[in-house]
Amino acid sequence: MNSPLASLATVFVPLSLVTIGGGASAVADIHRQVVDVHHWLTQSQFVDDYAIARMAPGPGSLLVTLIGWQVAGLWGAVVATLSIFGPTAFLIYGVAHVWARYRGSPLLEAFERGLRPAAAGMILAAVYVLLRALDGGWPARIIAIVAAALLLRSRVNPLLLIAAGAVIFLALHGLHVV
Amino acid sequence: MAEIDAVAHDRPNEMQLFLIFARIGLTSFGGGLSGWFLREFVHDRHWMTEEEFLNGLSLSQALPGVNVKNMAIWIGYRMLGFRGAMAGFFGIIVPPAIVIVLLGVAFAAITRFDVTHIALDGAASAAIGLSLYMGITAARRVRRHLFPLAILAATFVTIGLLHWPLVWVVLAAGFISVAVEYLRIRRKAR
Repeated sequence: MNSPLASLATVFVPLSLVTIGGGASAVADIHRQVVDVHHWLTQSQFVDDYAIARMAPGPGSLLVTLIGWQVAGLWGAVVATLSIFGPTAFLIYGVAHVWARYRGSPLLEAFERGLRPAAAGMILAAVYVLLRALDGGWPARIIAIVAAALLLRSRVNPLLLIAAGAVIFLALHGLHVV
Repeated sequence: MAEIDAVAHDRPNEMQLFLIFARIGLTSFGGGLSGWFLREFVHDRHWMTEEEFLNGLSLSQALPGVNVKNMAIWIGYRMLGFRGAMAGFFGIIVPPAIVIVLLGVAFAAITRFDVTHIALDGAASAAIGLSLYMGITAARRVRRHLFPLAILAATFVTIGLLHWPLVWVVLAAGFISVAVEYLRIRRKAR
């Protein structure tokens, strides 16, 4: 069991089970395993990968795809990706299936109603934490709030808002505001 | 905004579904993917109701696993069963996975420039707006009663301000909240 593919799987499969939410909760442990335990990457390589994962489109947890690629090439990327996303995919699939089947039963209804306020609180907390973590100060906060208001009130395409955010930041940078 | 409870009848096929997820996966710079889903599947195309979407969202958040992937499987399943779930899973993961590897290979060329980081911070601010849009949509569907609103506030404060571990907060808040709702439903039934 010393092949790099097997090690990638034994690291990322257990981690996939403890990711909740955006997957950010697992980053600290991914770092510990990849840098401290297995010495696959150096500290600075890991930070670079993290920066790339943040800038790339798609789920942030694709960080592990990049790590897999660097450890063992194409198959490393495939194994790491399936390890982090695969096991829990069966779980949500099973739940979606059961949900469709037992729709309207009191217990499911209790789950639907009971989880909703917690989910809303989690999302709003994530927004709050992200806004505080983002370098950009007030301009970033104003863009986020204006974008949310536009999305709630109009049929604007989100991509337009993302592009506008980037352009506004570049312009502000030109004016030395951010 | 009008509530959307009517669902349009034209459902996509697997390929269309895959391509929609791929497009969202490839254009969602800065995060906020679930907000994109809400926009696309509920508010633009009317393929799901807000209720169905938010049920999936709550479960995607509460169950282990990256919630964007959970959500893609949930939506895919609601549209087309097993094949839809597969289209969602692969559509949201594979195209962006290829891009991230290419970015990793080209890394030195891109991040040398400061402007890259600045533009991405701006994109991320707007993407946070997408999450906020989704958070507000979810919060508006919470029952206007003391208990559910207290759960919402407690989740926000413990995670956002106090930085308690997500897993425990979700388990505790979820358990209490579901138990109370269950007792309430039972009491009403009698």
